[in-house]
Formats: sequence, C-alpha cells, structure tokens
Amino acid sequence: MRRFLSLGLLCLLLFSVTVTAQAQTSATVEADDAAALELLEALDVRSYPAKGEAIIAILQSDDERARDWLQSLLDGRLQRTDDGRFVVVLENRGRDWPVADALTGEPLGDMSRRDLDRIGINNALRNQLRSAIAVVDLYSPDVERRRTSATRLLGEVDEELAAPLSELIAEEEDAQVKRRLTQALAIYQVESGELEGVETLRGSLHPRVRVALNRAANGDDPIIADAANEALISIEQNLKINRGLETLYFGLSLGSVLVLAAIGLAITFGVMGVINMAHGELIMLGAYTTWAMQQLLPGQPGLALILSIPAGFMVAALAGVAIERSVIQFLKGRPLETLLATFGISLILQQLVRTGISPLNRTVITPEWMSGSLVVNDALSLTLNRMYVLGFALVVFAGLMLIMRRTRLGLEVRAVTQNRAMARSMGIRATRVDIMTFALGSGVAGLAGVALSQLTNVGPNLGQNYIIDSFMVVVFGGVGNLWGTLVAGLSLGVINQVLEPWAGAVLAKIIVLVFIILFIQKRPRGLFPQKGRAAEG
Amino acid sequence: MSLTTESSTNFWLTRPFSERSTQIFLSVLLAALALVTILHVAVPPDNPLHVGAYTVNLFGKYLSYALLAVAVDLVWGYLGILSLGHGAFFAIGGYAMGMYLMRQIGERGTYGHPVLPDFMVFLNWDSLPWYWLGFDMAWFAFAMVLIAPGLLALVFGFLAFRSRVTGVYLSIITQALTFALMLAFFRNEMGFGGNNGLTDFRELLGYNLRSNDTRLGLFIATGVALALGYILCRAIVTSKLGRVCVATRDAEARTRFIGYRVERFQLFVFVVSAMLAGLAGALYVPQVGIINPSEFSPIFSIEIVLWVALGGRATLYGAVIGAILVNYAKTIFTGVMPDAWLFALGAMFVLVTVFLPKGVAGLFRYLKRKTRDDHPPKEATA
Repeated sequence: MRRFLSLGLLCLLLFSVTVTAQAQTSATVEADDAAALELLEALDVRSYPAKGEAIIAILQSDDERARDWLQSLLDGRLQRTDDGRFVVVLENRGRDWPVADALTGEPLGDMSRRDLDRIGINNALRNQLRSAIAVVDLYSPDVERRRTSATRLLGEVDEELAAPLSELIAEEEDAQVKRRLTQALAIYQVESGELEGVETLRGSLHPRVRVALNRAANGDDPIIADAANEALISIEQNLKINRGLETLYFGLSLGSVLVLAAIGLAITFGVMGVINMAHGELIMLGAYTTWAMQQLLPGQPGLALILSIPAGFMVAALAGVAIERSVIQFLKGRPLETLLATFGISLILQQLVRTGISPLNRTVITPEWMSGSLVVNDALSLTLNRMYVLGFALVVFAGLMLIMRRTRLGLEVRAVTQNRAMARSMGIRATRVDIMTFALGSGVAGLAGVALSQLTNVGPNLGQNYIIDSFMVVVFGGVGNLWGTLVAGLSLGVINQVLEPWAGAVLAKIIVLVFIILFIQKRPRGLFPQKGRAAEG
Repeated sequence: MSLTTESSTNFWLTRPFSERSTQIFLSVLLAALALVTILHVAVPPDNPLHVGAYTVNLFGKYLSYALLAVAVDLVWGYLGILSLGHGAFFAIGGYAMGMYLMRQIGERGTYGHPVLPDFMVFLNWDSLPWYWLGFDMAWFAFAMVLIAPGLLALVFGFLAFRSRVTGVYLSIITQALTFALMLAFFRNEMGFGGNNGLTDFRELLGYNLRSNDTRLGLFIATGVALALGYILCRAIVTSKLGRVCVATRDAEARTRFIGYRVERFQLFVFVVSAMLAGLAGALYVPQVGIINPSEFSPIFSIEIVLWVALGGRATLYGAVIGAILVNYAKTIFTGVMPDAWLFALGAMFVLVTVFLPKGVAGLFRYLKRKTRDDHPPKEATA
C-alpha cells in the first residue's frame, strides 16, 4: 500500500476546506500569491514522499487554482523555467511550447522546451493525484464534473471515505450524481458485508457494479452471496432487454437508411415499371452535394448540411430528369433494356466522380449538434446522428405520403401507376407525370445521399453499395407501395441486426438475401402486392 | 430468321449444319483457330506475323467469354429471361476447375502439404472439407464443372419459374443470387480461398500450364468447346422445344393457355445455359491462372449481358461477336487509357440499347437486306 493519503482522509480535509472556502470572498485569493508559490516550491523536490506531502498541502490550501495545478502535474504539464517560475505548458508539440504562468494564468508566449524542467511524478503519485482530483471534483460547482468523478468512485470507496460520502449524498442536489454516489457507497457496503447494499445495487447496469456483485456472489458470506446472485440475475435480465433495445435501434437505423435509399426507387419503378440502375449514383450525387456545400461554407458544417437538403434534392432531381429525357423516354416498354442503359449511366457517373473529384473518399463533417449520443442508462446509449437520420427518413416518408395522397400530382401518379392507358384517356399527360415522378424519385435519392453522408464514407462507390439492397427492399415490399417499402426496409434492417451477433455481418447479409430470394418465390409480388387487373403486367 | 428448313434433316442435333448462318460461323471459327495455330507454330518469332503465346492466351480467354455469352444469349435471346447472375454459374464452373488444379499442386505448394492447399494450411485447417473430396480426380472435377452450376440453376430455376417470377423481378433476384454468392465466397470460412481465391496452379492433366504448348492446346480446346456449345444451342433453338421457348418469350401467358408447361421449358433451357456457362468458366480458369470471388460480382454479370446486346440478341453468333469485340476493346483501353474504360463501357450500354437495339448482327442483317432490296435477286420472294 503506497497510497500516501487515503481518499477518506482527503475527503474529510476537503469537506472542511470547501465549507470555509465558500465562506471566503474572492478578494482574499489574490493576497496569497506568495503562499501559492510556496506550495508549488514544495513540489519541486527530489523525494517522492515529500512530493506527496506537497500535494496534500495543495489540497489543504483553499486555493482555487489547486485543481488546475494537480491536473497539469498529473499530465506532466506543470513545469519550471530556468529562472524559477512555474508555468503550465498549454500544448507540448513541436520544439517551442506555448506556456502560461501557473500562478496568474496569463500566457507567456512560446518557450523552448530546453528551457523548461518538468516536475516528475511516479505511478504512486499518479494514482494519488487521480483520486485527489476525483474527490476535489465532488465539490466542484460544475455538475458535469461531479458526475464524472462520482462515476469514477464506483468501487473505489474505502472505510474512511464512507462516512463523508453519506454526508455528501445528503447534500447533493443533482439526482444523477446522488444515485452514483449512493451506488458507490453501496458497493462499499456490500464489500463490508452489509446486505442492504445489495438491495441498492439491484437496479444498476454499470459494469463496475456487476464486478462488485460478482465478487460478492463468490464471497464467503452465504446470505450476501445469495442476495448478490439474485441481484445479478435481475441485472442480467435488465441488460438483455437493453441489448435487445440497442439491436432494435441499430436495426431501425439501418432500416431507415434502406428506406431512404429505396423509396425513390419504389416510386419510379412503381409508376414507370422502369428499373433505374443509376439510382445509387443519384444517392452518391446527394452525398457529394453535401460535401461540396461544406467546402463552400467552411466552418459551418451545420448550416451547410441543412442547405444541402434542398440542394441535394435539386441536384439529384435534375440529374434524374436529364437521364429520363436523354435515355429512358426512348426505351418505353422495354424495361430490361432500360435496366442496361441506366447501368451504363451509373458507370459513367461513377467514373465522372472518380476522375473529376477523386477516387478517394471525401470527408463530410458531422455538425456538433449531431455528434455524440443520448445516454439512456449505463448499458444503452443511442448515437445522435443515427437518430437524426431515422427521424429524417420518417419525415421524408411522411412528405412523400402527403404528396401521393393529397396533391394533384400524387393523384395523377397513382392513376398512371394503376392504368396508364386509362389515365391518358382521362386527360392525364402521362409523359409529364413520368418526368415529375422521375424528378421526385431522384430527388429523394439525393436526400438519401445527404443523410448517408453523415453515416458512411462519401466516395464514388457509395451508390453501388446500396443499389442491390434498395432493389431487395422494393421487391420485398411490393412495387408501387410506399407502405410496403417502409415496412420492408425497417424489417430488413432489424432482421439484419438481429442476425449479426451470431452470424457475423457478411453471413447475416447472405441470409437476408437468400431469405428474400425464397420469399419472392412464395409471394412474387412482394409483401403488399398491387391488386387489380392492371397489376398483371 | 433462319429457322430450320423442314426438308433438310430430321435429327435435331445435326439440323444446325444445314443452316447457312451456322455454316458460316463454324467455318470462320475453325479458320480463325487454324490461322492462329499456324501463325503461332509455323511462323518464326521474329516475323511480324508471328502470334505470341500471350496473344494466344488472350484469344483463348476471349473464346471462353464468347461461350459464356452464347449461354446468356440462349436464355435472354430465346427465352426472354434477362439473367443478371450468369457470372455465378461461370464462376462456379471456374471454381470446380480451380479446385482440381489446386489438388494437382500436391506437395509443391509453399507449405508442402501433401493434401491441403496452401490457404488451408495457412488457416490451420487439419483436413479437407467434404466438398473438396474427389477433386483430385480429373473425371470427377470435370463432371462437377457441369453438375455444380447445373444443380444451382435447377434449384433456383425450379423455385423461380414455378412461382412465375419473370421479367424485371427475375433479373433482380438473379443479381441478388450472384451478390450473395460473392459475399459467401469472400469468406475464408467457406474454404474456397476467400479474398485471394484459388491460384498458383501448375498443371492440368499432367501438362504444365506455363508452357506455350499447353496454352495453345487450351486455346484450341476452348475454340472447339465454343463450336460444340454453339451447335448445341442452335440445335435447341431450331428444335420444336426452341420454338416453344420463343413463344414463351413473346407471349408467356398465351403459350401457357395453349397447354405448354412453360416452366419446364424454361427450367430445361436455363439449366443447359448454366452448364455451358460453367464449362466456359472451367476453360477460362487455367488460361488466366486464377479464380477469385470477383467473378461473382454483379457488374461482371451485367457486362456479359452487354456483350450479347452489343452483338445482337437472339442470334447466338452475335453473342460471340459482342463478347470478342467488347473484351478486345477492354484490353486496348485498359492498356492505353485505363480511366476511360468505364466511360466507354457506360457509353456502350447506353448507345447500344438506344440506337442499336438489335446489335451488330442486326446491323449486318439490315445492310444485307438493303443490298438485296437494291439488287433484287432473280427468284421472287414467295
């Protein structure tokens, strides 16, 4: 045991210190620069035990800068210049390092690394510092800091810390910190053989809690061991539910991507009976539009992303109309030839991007408000970017539904889908409907590209990777049926994620493909087939 | 169309020989084989007319592609089934041949294991998987070249045609089939060498694969296989069965109403086509010296369809012309300006489907009809 100072003792010390510190006014702080210098001087000694004493002295001082000093000491950034001043190195890269005065905090410009002397520490001191900082943080006014340090205390509580910890718990106002501290205390209680600790830990999912319970379950005390085992079983069940939820989330996320990629295809395929093999490349165009937007608006990735939603739609829609006008309209009634021609277009578009921009992947920045994750509990955290994409997919779907059900265009599109000849004889200009549908379907592909740029690499092969999956979704869901596409996309995504843990990613994909191939044999028109005479075609 | 003339002969397999187009095709093919052989063997290497071993090998590769294209044309041209998964049958035939060639390496591999191929030793496998058994015997392997793709086509086709999956749907699921197989063959656990595939072959039936004579032999063998495959396809097409196929292609429902079990005809022709594709793959592998999962890639399968489309659908000889033309262009392009190849290929897809729906063969016929119309023959048309 080479801990120079137990956490409990520290805590006691600090408790008194903060109480007094809160009573003090800030005016007194300036007064004792000399005292502060003395505190730091004490660190610059050879003997490690003496340094330990100095650290305690710093903790005991009511100096507000104590935490910064300890942190920079821990990071090896607390250094001393040749003329005896204490400085904090702000960034230790290159030959000259920017430094700031440790006492006043004012920047001193760059200094050559040769003029600086680091105040060395050893592993024992490092441990001591970490614990010390954690305990200091418990008293910090910053909630985030208290949360982190409370989490760090799980499994670290010892006899001396237990008593002040209970006081802290009573005073703590933030529910999360309070729960963490209670758990930390409960782990200590379990370790010291108190049954009620097990009861407290029952609901927790944190891995350290499980470690503690596991240890208790294998311990000597049969009563505690039984209780711990029971708690572990309930925790395991809870974990299983959470893992299930996580899989579901990832599945829905993958599914939302599939829906986005496929829904444009479903529209064009449904209305015109035409397979657009270049659909994947329209997705790619949407993704590259996002990239281009971010190049145009450097430093504002969020704004660029939002602007690329309409821009991506327009770019892809225009490209789609160009494809329809230049090639597809000449191949009316020859769906297989259309498939080949659009495949040729997809090759050309890919190669255009490869030679025009770069064969390498481009980086698209994720704006700050989209990165990070939503922490539900210790076992379940949902990444935000996927959540946004899921929401986006649903919004796009709802928008398309509205267009199809509530607008004149939607009415005409449905009419042409069901019976082209009849629709034309009723005065619907089928050619115009074709163009509009193609623009709409392609535009949605562009939107899919904008969304995908937040999840995967943006490169020339982006579209190719999704085209077969998109087809599968459309065929599985039933052609010309938006609900079918939604259900098919989401369920394929979930199936894929459910299979993945025990089959591996590749095998899961193969299983899904084989499943669809077999499914088509059973229901050749998909989940939700079109009904009526026009469906046989 | 030069469908059969009833008077010539009644035996279905010899019937193609009485066709003008088959006669021309076979004579051109045999002449080409003979010419290349003579220029390779008889003309000294320093003569500009000499055909080098590399070129012979290249032509052999083209011919195996041509056989594959004939197989695709059989189902697409005469049955109306656009298979975007014929590369899978080609690759499976290739893998069957590759497995035989792997077993022939024997102890000469890097690790010197008497039975296991190198990649299995590398993966610490201690015995051959069951599906590798028997591939040390040439007859078994050669039989599998036909049986394995045929069996896959039988199962897949049985399911698909029974439930009347046709048109675009069939194209998509054949594409899914080859895509799934590609993913599967990329896995090391499958036991087919994963990413790297099967390679480092040494000899075929005791002949060294690296010697020029073997290469010439393979070239001739591929040419002969192409001729036989062509005759077989022509025979099928000109038979009564072939006419049912064409009827199915043009009006599936009507053919069914007349009383034909359409799915049986489709299944039979589909299986024959898959076997031919497998044979093409088996001839391809020893000539290029490697088989890996990229042959399963959906793009390759679509490319085959382009060869047929460019040459001219439903002619068979058009498929051969298309395969050779496109692959020759590919060789040229990838040598001179590799970046432009995908542009050229993409443009070909678009231009052929829009402007040349009947392909090069259609162009021939058009020109022929035009000259005939300009100079009407003495016998009036009946």
